[in-house]
Amino acid sequence: MSKAKFGIIVFPGSNCDHDAYHALKHVLNQDVEFLWHKDSTIGDRNVIVIPGGFSYGDYLRCGAIARFSNIMKDVVRFANNGGIVTGICNGFQIVCEAGLLPGALLRNANLKFVCKNVTLNVENKKTIFTSAFNGSVNKGKIVIPIAHSDGNYICDEETLKELEDNNRIVFRYVECPNGALNSIAGIVNKKGNVLGMMPHPERASEDIVGSHDGRYVFESIIQSLN
Amino acid sequence: MYLAKIKVTLKKSILDPQGKAVEHSIQSLGYKNVEDTRIGKYIELKINASSEEEAEKIAEEVSDKLLANPVMEDYEIEIVSLNPSSNGSSSKIHAGKVH
Repeated sequence: MSKAKFGIIVFPGSNCDHDAYHALKHVLNQDVEFLWHKDSTIGDRNVIVIPGGFSYGDYLRCGAIARFSNIMKDVVRFANNGGIVTGICNGFQIVCEAGLLPGALLRNANLKFVCKNVTLNVENKKTIFTSAFNGSVNKGKIVIPIAHSDGNYICDEETLKELEDNNRIVFRYVECPNGALNSIAGIVNKKGNVLGMMPHPERASEDIVGSHDGRYVFESIIQSLN
Repeated sequence: MYLAKIKVTLKKSILDPQGKAVEHSIQSLGYKNVEDTRIGKYIELKINASSEEEAEKIAEEVSDKLLANPVMEDYEIEIVSLNPSSNGSSSKIHAGKVH
């Protein structure tokens, strides 16, 4: 039993780091620290958030350069030991590049940067990232914004079958905005300690910004540690 | 010294919407006989290696680890010798591994 201590990784080009900090610190009253990409350790942090943005200018491929940054070695070690890691948007691309989750995120099928609220189905409420989404959350449908050009999830058939068969597809778009395979919006790894999702839960943590549905992702994590 | 010319493209099995959009423009220019437009990246590396084989091995490793994502991309390497005594070049197509 331990209290959640969030660490938000900051890469050059991250731009949702402060949104995540705000949601966790000011809305959810949590212990949060930023971790610089050049740091070699995550220190005493026990939940890592890899935020959205354009790390390293999206050079080469989204997330490809960030994956080799100093701090990611320790994040990968932490995740492989069962540590909780949440990759949001660019963070999802980074955890895929780092091999913590299978598959990759391609350019959106319509080639457009899509920035809007989308409705998601919470497909699996038994993960440490979704347990707080109980039946009262509008029948499992939630509203969270997306903002990306490269959210078109792909993987090979075998991986897709494994994701489907083991309920590892946690969030699915009700109307797919980007061409993602089987409308995948978010997945977890086999052990269930790493989540990657394209929608931004940190941007949907208060009613004043249009939705608080995203807050339950963080509340689930907090509850899992209490 | 060797020059590695590396082309990274989306796997053939993956739809290339950017290529499709460009193809539509090509066709609207009147070139109805153009098809299968694919867009990729071209990367050059200068490699200080003792042989062409060594240069190719390094280019391959760099491509596998960083330049291409085997989930979605294939790459092709051409090695050109920059040594004054040689004027040869060789090229090899590498299919990305799926994992």
